[in-house]
Amino acid sequence: MGTRTSNLANWIDARFPMTKMWEEHLSKYYAPRNFNFWYFFGSLALLVLVLQIITGIFLTMHYKPDGERAFASVEYIMRDVPWGWLMRYMHSTGSSMFFIVVYLHMFRALMYGSYKRPRELIWLFGMVIYVCLMAEAFMGYLLPWGQMSYWGAQVIINLFDTVPIIGPDLSLWIRGDYVVADATLNRFFALHVAAVPLVLLGLVVMHILALHEVGSNNPDGIEIKKHKGADGIPVDGIPFHPYYTVKDLVGVGVFLIIFMAIVFYAPELGGLFLEHDNFVPANPLVTPEHIKPVWYFTPYYAILRAIPPIPLVDQFSGVFVMGAAIVVLFFLPWIDRNEVRSVRYRSTAFKLNLAMFAITFVVLAYLGMSPAEPVLVLLAQLFTALYFLFFIFLYIISKNETTKPVPDRVT
Amino acid sequence: MAEQGVNRTRRRFLTATASTVGGAGCVVGAIPFLLSMQPSTKAQAAGAPVEADIGKLEMGQLLIFEWRGKPVWVVRRDPKSLAALSTLDDTLADPGSERDQQPAYARNEYRSINPEIMVLVGICTHLGCSPKYRPDLAAADLGADWQGGFFCPCHGSKFDLAGRVYAGVPAPSNLIVPPHKYLSDSRILIGVDEETA
Repeated sequence: MGTRTSNLANWIDARFPMTKMWEEHLSKYYAPRNFNFWYFFGSLALLVLVLQIITGIFLTMHYKPDGERAFASVEYIMRDVPWGWLMRYMHSTGSSMFFIVVYLHMFRALMYGSYKRPRELIWLFGMVIYVCLMAEAFMGYLLPWGQMSYWGAQVIINLFDTVPIIGPDLSLWIRGDYVVADATLNRFFALHVAAVPLVLLGLVVMHILALHEVGSNNPDGIEIKKHKGADGIPVDGIPFHPYYTVKDLVGVGVFLIIFMAIVFYAPELGGLFLEHDNFVPANPLVTPEHIKPVWYFTPYYAILRAIPPIPLVDQFSGVFVMGAAIVVLFFLPWIDRNEVRSVRYRSTAFKLNLAMFAITFVVLAYLGMSPAEPVLVLLAQLFTALYFLFFIFLYIISKNETTKPVPDRVT
Repeated sequence: MAEQGVNRTRRRFLTATASTVGGAGCVVGAIPFLLSMQPSTKAQAAGAPVEADIGKLEMGQLLIFEWRGKPVWVVRRDPKSLAALSTLDDTLADPGSERDQQPAYARNEYRSINPEIMVLVGICTHLGCSPKYRPDLAAADLGADWQGGFFCPCHGSKFDLAGRVYAGVPAPSNLIVPPHKYLSDSRILIGVDEETA
């Protein structure tokens, strides 16, 4: 490095902690050396977030958040704006990919006990990110103003209507009109492009700062800080940069191949990423034959439909159980009472329970996409029960679990 | 240095009062922002009544009118359907229209002013989808004893031709009968009734 560059670096460092931050979070952030495949998804989530922000900014240059013009402006982006189709398809594919990556990232945490002491706050920040992401995706889905946008929003906002006492006023306040209308579209646009992304960015910073404070977990679920060399550096740790930045770049390459293949060749992915009914402009007078949310919401939608209305509170029962399905995840660090983190050293009962949970989630997602036929509703009820049983079993199993001996150093 | 001559009680009191007043100010300051999200005067004005011309409404036909952005159905029911309504009572959740889902003048056997003409808000009382008009008797997908009515494709709720909900479906209550009045035999004003007009 020339003296001129280092002089500039010194000049900045005296005024801004540039080198300090670079070292703290990259070149001298020591991560366990045994990260595997599952550790790609954190940085991939960050990549998708950046892609969504960039494509989103360019979409707002042409999009009109107006009930009369929104649908046409999306068509305009697709047909007349140079490369508009690329921005739009990257953004729509990005939302689905975001959830794929986040679900895998969360499953990693479940497998290796990454939510456990002392990483509870990382998990909680992550859960808040997840909830914000759902709000962001839901509000973004209204913007194209297609039939599915319109009726999906109608159904979801009506969920708030069922809250006892304050419900009707609450849903009216969210919509800003008596039905989903221009006012709703306009405010969802504001929240989708400004408010929620700002909150998301802040939360992501907190998520990473909390992680770098305690250090990363790893597939063995043991603390690398227990064994430090004479230099004070964990012997099983390697600097994040260049080791993991380079590893993650390979992941980014593979991810982008898959991502762009979908964008170029199957942006609708058979109605899974972009639903067919959404190519019809919103019509407040006619509901599409079969309405369902986008795939990443369907597990919860299946739970919602599985719960029958009960006297006095009507359909709030379903809304309550659906909400509980998300809220219960927040308490995971305290539901799992075992000291051993990684699935590698936990009991067969735990492994079966976790496998069952993964299957349950996928089955619920499938049921949520299917029409509400009696047999399928019955199945949804069964799998809703299994969803919650995971947490009950986990609480019971983890108390007196026969675990395997945990290694002293990473393997 | 900082500890010299510090009156801790006084400092605590000042901090607490300043925080309370500041906090209250933030809460009060947030109110206009939150209230700005309520329906605007323009949105409220759009709730004006609409006139429905039913002069050409055929027997068994359904017409859709838009009121407050919602679909309002007007159906002309034939005598046979009207006679069938009372036979359904045992399979319905609220056959007597006990719950306040209609103006007082529509709380009757047919849930209408004029037995023949049914006026309903075409929004499912479950989660707000718009049900389908299914007048076909004994429809294959709805069962052999289907007497005609409305079926919501979203979550499978069923209603009879008076908008009364069947028992055991997700929707908890009957479809809403909007306030309405007859201007003449062939014209209905939806959105107002004799009392409010």
